Parts: sequence; C-alpha cells; structure tokens
Amino acid sequence: MTHPLLSVRSVSKRFGNIQAVNDVSFDVQQGEILGLIGPNGSGKSTLFNCLLGQYQPDSGSVALKGSNITGKSPSELNLLGIGRTFQQLSVFPEMTVIDNVILAGQEHSGSMISRLFGSPDAGLTKAAEKLIGFFKISHLRDEPAGSLSYGQQKLLDAAMAFMAEPSLVLLDEPAGGVNLTMLGNLKERLQAFNSEFGTTFVVIEHNMEFVMSLCSRIIVLAEGSVIAEGTPEEIRSNQTVIDAYLGA
Amino acid sequence: MEQLIQVVLSGLATGSIYALAAIGFTLIWQAAQTVNFAQGEFVMLPAFFVLIGINFLGMPLWLAMLFGLALSVLILGVAFKRILVDPLLSHGGLSLIIATMAVAILMKELVKEFYSAEAQPYPALVPQGAWDLSGVIISLQDISHLIICFVVIVGLTLFLDKTKVGRCMQAAAQNAAVAEILGVNVKRMILYTFVVNAVLATLASFLITPVYLAKFSSGEYLGLIAFIAAIVGGFNQVRGALAGGLLIGVLDNITATYITAEYRQAIPLLLLIAVILFKPEGILGKPEGRAV
Amino acid sequence: MKFTKRNLWLLIGLALLILAPIGQGRYIVYTLTSWLVFSIAAMGLNLTLGYAGQISLAQSAFMAVGAYITALLTLNGIHWIVAMPIAVLSSFVLGLLIGFPALRVKGHFLAFVTLAFTTLVFLVLRNEDWLTGGPYGLSGMPRPDFGLFNTGKNINFYYFTVFIFVIFSLLMYQIVRSPWGRAFKGLRENEIRAESLGVNTRRITLLAFAIGSAAGGLAGSLMTPLVQFIEPGSFALLHSLRILLMVIVGGAGFFFGPVVGAGVVIMLPEVLRFTEGYYLMIYAVTVVVLIIFCPKGLVGLGEIISRKILKKKEVRKDFEQGAKL
Repeated sequence: MTHPLLSVRSVSKRFGNIQAVNDVSFDVQQGEILGLIGPNGSGKSTLFNCLLGQYQPDSGSVALKGSNITGKSPSELNLLGIGRTFQQLSVFPEMTVIDNVILAGQEHSGSMISRLFGSPDAGLTKAAEKLIGFFKISHLRDEPAGSLSYGQQKLLDAAMAFMAEPSLVLLDEPAGGVNLTMLGNLKERLQAFNSEFGTTFVVIEHNMEFVMSLCSRIIVLAEGSVIAEGTPEEIRSNQTVIDAYLGA
Repeated sequence: MEQLIQVVLSGLATGSIYALAAIGFTLIWQAAQTVNFAQGEFVMLPAFFVLIGINFLGMPLWLAMLFGLALSVLILGVAFKRILVDPLLSHGGLSLIIATMAVAILMKELVKEFYSAEAQPYPALVPQGAWDLSGVIISLQDISHLIICFVVIVGLTLFLDKTKVGRCMQAAAQNAAVAEILGVNVKRMILYTFVVNAVLATLASFLITPVYLAKFSSGEYLGLIAFIAAIVGGFNQVRGALAGGLLIGVLDNITATYITAEYRQAIPLLLLIAVILFKPEGILGKPEGRAV
Repeated sequence: MKFTKRNLWLLIGLALLILAPIGQGRYIVYTLTSWLVFSIAAMGLNLTLGYAGQISLAQSAFMAVGAYITALLTLNGIHWIVAMPIAVLSSFVLGLLIGFPALRVKGHFLAFVTLAFTTLVFLVLRNEDWLTGGPYGLSGMPRPDFGLFNTGKNINFYYFTVFIFVIFSLLMYQIVRSPWGRAFKGLRENEIRAESLGVNTRRITLLAFAIGSAAGGLAGSLMTPLVQFIEPGSFALLHSLRILLMVIVGGAGFFFGPVVGAGVVIMLPEVLRFTEGYYLMIYAVTVVVLIIFCPKGLVGLGEIISRKILKKKEVRKDFEQGAKL
C-alpha cells in the first residue's frame, strides 16, 4: 500500500475560547494541486501553521509519506522536503536576491562543518541563478531584496520555497496583492513545477479565479471544520459552500 | 527561630519594594515590548529630586515628595516615552535597549557630577521603632513597607481590572491592533503605562532610599534585581513580578545572614539562571505562544 | 588575489597599521595595541549582535576568562602559544553553556543572562583570592618569546598583535561570507523565514554567540601580556557596555565597523580629556544621538554619504548620454 504524500488526521487547535481548527482530516496525493479555501477566520492559516510546525496541534497527527511528522520544528520539516511561502512579505530585505535564494538552499547542502569551511555559496550559485531566471527576476540578481516591488518580492518568496527542490510546497495566499501580469506569471510557474518535477502543492487563496483554474481539488474550511471537498466545478455549485461564504 | 522570622520578615519588606520596580518593568514589557535597562536608575533618581526639593528649594518633606513625584512622571514617564521610546520603537528592540543602557549611564553621571558622588542620608517616611513580640524583634519600618506596597499593588490591580482606562491599557498591551479597531487610543494607553511605571519607580525610591541611602550607583543592583524578580516570577504577569520580588527579597536576606555575604549578589543571579533553565516562563508565568 | 578596489584599501590599511607606531612614544604604541585588542573583542561581539542580532553583555566577562586563564598558565611557565588556544576554547565552551539555556526562550533573555554572567564572573574574580589574587589581581605575566622574535619590547608586541589581528580578521571574514554567515544574517533579518528554509535557528544563534565569545577570550588572552597586570575591575559590566558601544558607534553588521568604533571609543577619552568628569555623560548622549539619528553607525553613515556622491556621478553620466542622443 502506498501512503499519500501528506496525511492529516483529526487535527485540532484551540486558542482560549476559540476552536480555530476542529478535527480536520484530509490527504494530499503525490502530484496534485490542492486548494484550501474558506471565509476569513475559518482556520486556514492556523491549520497551515499546525502542518508547518509553527504551532503544536492540541490533538491529531500529520504524516509525510506515512511517517509521523507531528510536532517537528519548521526547520526539520523543511529539511524533510516541505517548502512554504508566507502570506505577508517574507524575504531577507538587506540581502541580495541571489543571497536570499542561496540561503533557501544551503541548509540542504553538505554538513554543518562543510558549510563553514567550504565554498561561500555552498556550490549553489548556478542553481540559484537558474531559479531566479525561471521566475523571471534575473535582472534583479544583485539588488537588495527589500528594494523590490511587492509583486517581485512575492515571486522571490516563491522562488525561495522551490530552491531546496521540495516534494511538497504550501503556499499561503500567493496571489494576494499581486497584479494581473505577475499573477499570470506566477500561475504559469507553479504549473510548470507541477508538471515538470511533479511538485505537489497546497494553496490557501482568496482569489477564487486563481484557485479554480490552478487546483485540481479543493477543500473548504468554515469555522475550523472541513465543510466540503471536491473538484473546482463541484465546489462552485455546492450549496453549503455558498451558504458559508454568504454567512447564512 | 526568632532570628529566622525576623530575617524572613525584613526580606519580605525589601522584596515588596523590589516588586514595585519589577511590576513597572513587566508593564512596560507588555505594552511596548521594551526592556528598560535604566529601571534601577528610575528608582535611584526620584530620591535625588526629593533631596533637591529639600536642600535647595527649602521645601518640607511632603512637598518635596510631591515635587519628586511630579518630576518623575514628567521625566521618567512622559519625556522618556516621547523622546526616546517613540523614535526608536520602529528601529526594533535592539536599539532601544542600548539606548536605555546609555540613559542609565547618563542618569548616574548627572547625579554624580551635579549632586554628589557620596551616599546621602535620606529622610525616612515611616516610623523607625520596633516591637518586641516575645523575642522576635519586628521593625515598624518593615511592617509599614509591606503594608504600603501591598496597598499599592492591590490598588494597581484594581485599577487595571476594574476601571475603563485600566482595561484599555491591558487591551492595548495584549493586542494593539484589535484594541485600535475597538476604538482604544493605543498610543495614549502606552504613554499611561510609562507614567504608571514612573509612579511605581518613585514609590519604590521613597521607600528603599531611607534603608540604603541615596547614591548615584544604587540603581545598578536594584535594576538587576528588578529584572530578575520579573523573570523569575513570570515576565508577563503582575502577580509574577510580585512573587519574584518577595522571593528574591527573602532569599537575599537569608543568604546574607546565614550563608555568605561575599556571594550575596550571586544568589539572585543563580536563581535567574536556574529559572531560565528549568521554567523559562517563570514561576507564575504562562508560556507565550508564538505568533507568526 | 584579484586587484580590486577593496583589496587596495585593505593593503593601505595594513600599511598604515605597520607604519603607525614608527617614531611614536611608549604611550601611543600602547594605545594602538589596546585598540587592536579591543577591535578583536568588538568584532566578535559584532558577529553576535550585528550579524545574528543577539545582545550579549558578557564580552568583558569572556575577556576576563581569556585573560585570567592566559595569566594563570603563563605565570606557571606555559608558553602563550599553548595558553591562548586553551583560553579561546574555554570561552567558546562557556559561551555554549551560557547561551544554551538563554536561547531556549525568545525575547531578550540572552541580554539578561549575559548580564548576570558578567556580574558572577566579577564576583568570582574578586572573591576567590587563592586563584585570582582577589581584588589585587595578578601581575608579572611574561610576554611571549618566539626565539627569533621576542615580544618583550612594546613595539614588538604591537607587531605581534597586528599579526594576530590579521589572522583573526581573515578567519572572521571566512565565517561571515560562508553559509554560516548568511544564516546569521538571515536570522537577524527574518527569523521565521530562515527557520522555514531549514535553518536551525537555535543552533545557529548559539554558534554565533559562542564564536563571538571565543573572540572575547582571544582579546583577553592578548590583554594579559599587553598590560601585564589584570584585576577584576578591568572586566566589570561597564566594559561590556563599552565594547557594545564600539560595535554600535562603528556600525553593527559592517565587517570593519567595530574597528572604527573601537578607535573612536578608545580615543574619545583622550579627546574629551578636557571635559574631565563629563566624559561619561557626553559618551551616553553620543550613543543616544547616534542610535536615533544614525542607527547604522559611522561606517553606515560613510556608506550612505559615499552612495550619494556616487549617485550624483551616475546622474551626470545619464546627462552625458542624454546629450549624445
């Protein structure tokens, strides 16, 4: 029997009186692009943070390819092949674009000691250049990341998530605040990664058009629980989902 | 046995004064995420304001104390917040911490140069006698200190929990963004917190200076003790700071009397390291959740 | 070695270091040596503070550890070249031991714990007479003799310190531009992002602190043969604050910032000598003013100014191109 790439079982998380995530279970299959949607405050980000080690779930478990990863730290999860992007801008503003991307890969390369005495770029400059070329920000190679436009920083953030060749990438509102041209570019890049390298994605997004056209399957959260699951078409016509969004 | 009771009692009395400084510390930490490295000097300075009032302006003690309190609120509360904290808050905690260290040096040097480098006698606020309860000598000063501090702390707690302003201050400290949406003037509440800190430091100053004399350098140890009390008790709790202050006061006294005078200063430091190792959230503190 | 502009500046700097003491009196040579020693301590703290963003108030305590270990060993006939690595390693290990609990918790705990440590070290040095000589300290430590080169003379000791300083700077440079250095900077700029990219933040912070501490130990190890008399007061908390000031004044996060800062902080008392008692006050006000108006220190200020001048030139080039079109 083969395990799903990521398997989430009965994960719950409470903050004071608020049940942010309530008994959520789902699987992510190898190679799929899964969308995670829901109204504001439905627990998407908290769930992400539980999957990514930022929070400890109160109960439930998370497994990667069948092995339990509940409670592992964000850096351990990254080393196991889980990349992520952030909702808010999340680059290293005073470092150059190329250094940002090298940093995203260096912990996966060589040992602690070789990283001190070996080559300054951990042999990653070529790969990093290729990656920023792929995201079409090569011309910004030596600019400090903080000087980039909002959309460019979003692209850089995404590039960093891919540097270590992860098998699974969790994207937290990748389209938020990005203009239409950039958005097209981003979607195309993500699809290319998915088809060329078989990279699996879980995407939180508010931009419905973006989610519906990118994802093969969608899970809907409301008040911390899964209320629907299906293909974009099924979700579009699901009455429970429409009610949840309309606040009925 | 009699001696032990005396030692513990006077430890509690000193500890309750430490607690005042420690509480101010915690409040500022909560409101502005700032560590005030000049807190000890904040306790040292008001006593000198009073001395200036008495010796240079010819004020009676009560008026000099009011004068000292007013100056403290103005300088240690409002000016400190406006001149130093406001412009530096956006640079991140590091710059502000270093700036408060510099302020500590500045205050010490100002007192040393313009007042005196010598320890100054300071008028006691409370009766000096002692009761003899079948062998146990109880100093009136200790008892008064304990009572005053507890009244102040209970008053502060009531203010924070029961009044509108107090609750707004807490809301602003816990979640500035939400408080702002709910119509709380967060900036003003943070300013109030600095004023409350200045008042607490001034009270601590009035109580402790008669015991240790007024000296420019006395804030160094006091500031350190206030930190340690706050951390040991639990950095995000008023009652934690109180517990930490009392604990250190008693421990300090017991060490000095029974164990070693040479390493007296080391005991709170070792306690600090032990707490950080084994219970980093403090004795009464709650672990702080990580926000992303 | 590529002959770049930067290498040219470094060569000029080295030449100045070599020429500086020639024909100078005892006191100037001593001050120059002391500047280099404090530069090493401050560059170490810069790694902790400027690159990894952690406040340590224990740099003077680590200098004390390095100085006393070196003193005790060399007084017992062990050569400096053996004593120094022991002193540096001890500081490194102590740094790990102190940093470990402190860095378990977030916030500014390292500042508190290092503050406590500095005070503890001071108390031990003052109280344990049998080992440290108590308040009177230790004296009569020999300066290292390398057969062909005896550092007994002040000028020779100066060149010896220059040599150690250069080696130390090269090592430091290797660290800063290595992946470790990149991880340190990542930690300072965005800890959560760094962690999500596989950086073991706790381990890397601890290492930044311990390496910085080891540099403090090295500085202490040079201090002992330089002054040949050490006492607890030379390593009190105030001196940690002084080293911190060197880093801030020079420019935290700039490689040679602390060297500039150490120069200023060491020279400042000389310049401000006429102010007598007001020295520390001016010092404190300077720090506050610097932090508010020039948070990147003198080197940062220099960079901003030179960038402005360069920009003017670029604008002129644009004009030229415009004229051609």
